[in-house]
Amino acid sequence: MSDIPTDLKYASSHEWVNVEGDTAIIGISDHAQDELTELVFIELPEIGRELAAGDPCAVVESVKTASDIYAPVSGQVIETNDALDTEPGTVNEDPYGDGWFFKIRLANPKELDDLLSPDDYGEQVNV
Amino acid sequence: MEKNGLKRTALFETHTALDARMVRFSGWEMPLLYSGIAQEHRAVREAAGLFDISHMGEFQFDGPDALEFLNHILSNDLTKLEPGIGQYSLLCQDNGGVIDDLYAYRLGQDRYLLIVNASRLEVDWMWIKAQLNSGNKSLQLEMTNRSGELSAIALQGPKAAEIIAGVFPAAIEMQKNQIAELDFSGATTWVSRTGYTGEDGFELVVPNERVVSLWKQFMSLGPALGLMPAGLGARDTLRTEAGYSLYGHELTAETTPIEASLGWAVALDKPDFIGRETLAAQKQNGVSRRCIGFKMTSKSAPPREHYKIFAADGTGREIGEVTSGMQSPSLGYGIGLGYVESAHAKSGTDIEIEIRNRRFLAQVVKRPIFRKLD
Repeated sequence: MSDIPTDLKYASSHEWVNVEGDTAIIGISDHAQDELTELVFIELPEIGRELAAGDPCAVVESVKTASDIYAPVSGQVIETNDALDTEPGTVNEDPYGDGWFFKIRLANPKELDDLLSPDDYGEQVNV
Repeated sequence: MEKNGLKRTALFETHTALDARMVRFSGWEMPLLYSGIAQEHRAVREAAGLFDISHMGEFQFDGPDALEFLNHILSNDLTKLEPGIGQYSLLCQDNGGVIDDLYAYRLGQDRYLLIVNASRLEVDWMWIKAQLNSGNKSLQLEMTNRSGELSAIALQGPKAAEIIAGVFPAAIEMQKNQIAELDFSGATTWVSRTGYTGEDGFELVVPNERVVSLWKQFMSLGPALGLMPAGLGARDTLRTEAGYSLYGHELTAETTPIEASLGWAVALDKPDFIGRETLAAQKQNGVSRRCIGFKMTSKSAPPREHYKIFAADGTGREIGEVTSGMQSPSLGYGIGLGYVESAHAKSGTDIEIEIRNRRFLAQVVKRPIFRKLD
C-alpha cells in the first residue's frame, strides 16, 4: 500500500497539494511515482506561468512512457524544483519531500475545497 | 491458461510471487518489471537477466519437403543451415511487406523450428497454412503449432554461460545461433545461443510442466553471479540499444525488409521466394525511406514512438517518424529507431526530433546504438 500523508490534499489525477498561507506546493503521490516507475526526465512549468486548475503543466518521463501532470488548483508559478532537472529519481525516492515539483501563488483558494482528502484519495488508489 | 481474456504463461504464479508488475502484452498477461526497468537492464548488461518469453510461438515442420517449402516463404536462405543452426529471417507478403520477423532453426535433416512473435502467431499460422495449401503439388510435410504445450525463457548477459553451465554443461560449447536438444529432467529442451538484448545468452524452450523448475534452478544458481529476473520493460530498452526491430514498431505489413535495413536477412540469390520481385527491385533501385538508429545530441526529454523527425539541413522539412524511443539506461540519454527519407539515413547525419512542439538536435547512428567497450 502506498504512503498517503494525512496533512496534504490530493487531486484525482494523483498530484498532492501542501498549502502554506497563499502558496501551494505541488508534487505527485507515492502511488503515482510507483505506477510511473523510475523517472528519467521531468519538465516543469516556467516561473511566472498562470495555471488554471486542470491545465497540463508538467511532464514526467519514465524509461517507458511520458505522462502529463496537471495543475490541481489555479495560480501563478513562483518557484520550481530545479534539482529534479539532474536528479529526476528524487521523485521516486521522496515524492512528498525533496521530490516536490513547483510552488504556485493561489489564485482561488476556494478551489482547495474541490480536492480530495487523504481518506478519499486513499479510497481511490486502493480499490 | 486464460483469465479475463488474457493468457497466462506457466510462470504466472512465479512472477506474482516475485511481486512483478504485470501488464497486458499481445493478449498475454506478462511481467513488465520486478525490481525496476533500469536495474534489470543493468543486470543484463553487467551480469545476467532471466526473461519469461513463453508468449512467443513455436511452429515445427517435419518432412522431406520442409526445406523447400520454408525456403519459399522465408526471406533468408535456409539451405545454408547445417542441422543444429538457426538464422534470423522474415516472413513477407508478395509485395515485400513484413508479416513477421522470426528465428528459423534446422533441428535435424528434415526438421525445422520457427520461433515467432506472440502478436503475430495467429496471422503467421494462417498465412503459412494458406501457402501450404495453395501449391499445386502435394508436399511431404507436417506442420505443427506447438506454442500451447511449450514454454520459453531467455537467459541473457555476460554471466549467462557461467549460469547455464550449472544446468546444461554442454551449452557453454555452443556457438552463436547454434541450437541443441538437451535433456532437462527427462524432458527434451531446445537450447539456442541467441537473444534479443545485444548480450551473449541463451533461449530455452521446454514443455510447460518443466518451465517453473528450470526457472527456479537458474534463480537458485544465478543470484550469486548477479542474475535478476527481468521483464518486458528491460527487454524493450535492451533491444532498442542493440538496434533490433520490434514487430508493430519498426516492422509492419507496410514496411519491407529493405526499408527496415534488414537486407542482410534477404537472400536475393535464392531462385524464388515470396516477395522476391519487390525486394530485388528495391535493392537495385533504392528505397525512399529507411529505418535508422539515432541518439539525442542536445539535452531533451526522451524521444517516443510517433514523434516527428525533421531535417537539420536548414530546410526544416519533415522527413520521418520515430518508431521506438526511450531514455537509454546504459547511455543516460535519449535514443531511438525510426524511419527517415533515405537521403538522411547515413550515420552521422544530423536530424531533429520534435518533442512537444519543440525540435531537438539528434544524430543518425550505426546500430547497435549502444556497444560495450571491450
